[in-house]
Amino acid sequence: MGLPCGTFTEFYQQDKAVIRTKTQWLLAAFVVAFAFSLPFILSDHLLHTISMMGVYIIATLGLQILTGLAGQLSIGHAAFMAVGAFSSGLLASRLGLNFWIAWPCGAIMAGIVGLFFGLPSLRVKGYYLVMTTLAAQYIIEYGLLRFPNVTGGFQGVFVPPATLGDINFHKVQNIYYLILISLIIATVLVLNLKRNKLGRAFIAIRDNDLAAEVMGISLTRYKLLAFFLSCFFAGAAGGLFGQLYGSIVPLQFTIMQSVWFIGYLLVGGLGSTLGPFLGVIVIEGLSEAMTVGVSSLGEIWPETLGFIPSLRNMLFGIIIALFLIFEPRGLAHRWEIVKSWYRLWPFSY
Amino acid sequence: MEFVVQLVVNGLMLGIVYGLIALGFVLIYKSSGVLNLAQGSLVMITAYFCYFFAVQVELPFYLAFFFTLLLSMGVGWLLQNIFLRPLIGQPILSSMMMTLAFYIFLNGAASLIWGYRLLSYPPVFPVEAVSIGGVTIRYAYLFGCGIATILFFALTFFYKYHKFGLAMRAMADDEQAALSLGVKAETSHGLAWALATMVAATAGMTLGTIQSVHYTLDALGMKAIPAAVLGGLESILGSIVGGIIIGIAENLSAGYIDRYLWGFRDIFPYLILMLVIMIRPFGLFGEKRIERI
Repeated sequence: MGLPCGTFTEFYQQDKAVIRTKTQWLLAAFVVAFAFSLPFILSDHLLHTISMMGVYIIATLGLQILTGLAGQLSIGHAAFMAVGAFSSGLLASRLGLNFWIAWPCGAIMAGIVGLFFGLPSLRVKGYYLVMTTLAAQYIIEYGLLRFPNVTGGFQGVFVPPATLGDINFHKVQNIYYLILISLIIATVLVLNLKRNKLGRAFIAIRDNDLAAEVMGISLTRYKLLAFFLSCFFAGAAGGLFGQLYGSIVPLQFTIMQSVWFIGYLLVGGLGSTLGPFLGVIVIEGLSEAMTVGVSSLGEIWPETLGFIPSLRNMLFGIIIALFLIFEPRGLAHRWEIVKSWYRLWPFSY
Repeated sequence: MEFVVQLVVNGLMLGIVYGLIALGFVLIYKSSGVLNLAQGSLVMITAYFCYFFAVQVELPFYLAFFFTLLLSMGVGWLLQNIFLRPLIGQPILSSMMMTLAFYIFLNGAASLIWGYRLLSYPPVFPVEAVSIGGVTIRYAYLFGCGIATILFFALTFFYKYHKFGLAMRAMADDEQAALSLGVKAETSHGLAWALATMVAATAGMTLGTIQSVHYTLDALGMKAIPAAVLGGLESILGSIVGGIIIGIAENLSAGYIDRYLWGFRDIFPYLILMLVIMIRPFGLFGEKRIERI
């Protein structure tokens, strides 16, 4: 691990710390302060976009645990997010539960559903689990669409606003803060997960499952745990998603969205905590820029407007392919290169 | 009774199409160990190729069929050699993500080029169906059935006796050993992708004549994954048998369960997939290589 020049470890406490130097503290404080001041600067639309990115980052952090750390590909992540969103939304709207109870319940529900679809890891190794997540995607989507008297079918569910005292979380400024705080907590959790026994077990399984098993790591137990944690994050993100949009429909959680999650992760960088941030911000930013560009083109040439989803998918497919070929370690690795460059500058070695 | 027989026969015919798609899936898995999650998209895009030749260029159907096969073989070869070859030596996970990139790209490209409408080929086969002992079968299904039989025998012989087929099997078995004996990796993998795309094209065109061409055809193609797993991922015979079982199961569920649970047929294959993975993950004819943990 590269440390800035002249930073030495004298105590164990120092070795353990994530933020080491005064500059890093300053930067971290600045970033957090900046993030907290955004609602005063930005328009509602932009703030909404940024809040959506925050929700996706939380979900992608969950996928990072499963794919980046434990090495299991999931193409059903959007469905697990839907489980969280719908269970918390339905608990709140049908049973009238308080959001602060319904939200964790939804996240745990998503985790349990994830556990169920992770169960085949009792029997199989390797990439067979991709197929169970594929099955999960279709089965969950079916369940949401085909039981309209429970889930509202195509129309979805209206999510009653969460309140905390006088604060109404359907207002974008307020939900932004909730998402921001959840995001910070999620980041700290994943950052520390990578450094403790659990995360190291995941990484050992990813790198060589046979060796990990020989060292006494129970593959079944840890894979199931990875599934649970990943889906728990997705479910928590789903609950926030419902609050952000005010209503949820099953069509927001299709298999395409699941593929997008993998793309965020890949572009950002597998296995790095910074990865989901970079991936979501870059891809969603590009996609937003493209939507704006094509829309302004649409004023002259209205036919183009219908093609935005197709163009988004094409652009995105190309980005994934290029990243896989040219930078499989993602933007996070590029960032590391930049960091080591400016730390050594002007002496390159 | 007649209702059941009709359902089973319809399922058999649909299952053969699934079997064709699964066959392509198996071909790629056999040669490179990659689970090609874009197999359904290949089916979809090749169905559009045929639409392009038959309707937009206005060729007669047999010529369009032939050109589609050629074009799809070329596309398969290119996909492998441009996008997947650089990933040799990286984990299989990367190759699988690459197939996901194909999936999303082809979905976007097809809807961009051909729009969101349902398209159909000019009528190729007579609309009225053949009736055999009270069971009616549409000509298009018989066409698919015939192609599947031909392809099945051709590929079995190819893998058993032909030099390239043997080389591809050697490659799948032990890449290092095969390379040292002079088998070229790009030829072997490229051929596998070309063949798989060609097989996907036959399935796509059969589906196109049965129903219509639409960019959501890839969801139908995804159902070949349960078929391939049920049959065993390494087995050509298994893919056809798995496809038939899935097709029949789907049609029976359409006949008996759908009246209580609308649209259940669409997820029935995935429920079977879950069961197979939990009970017998190597499938009916697959190699028992997946060790129990």
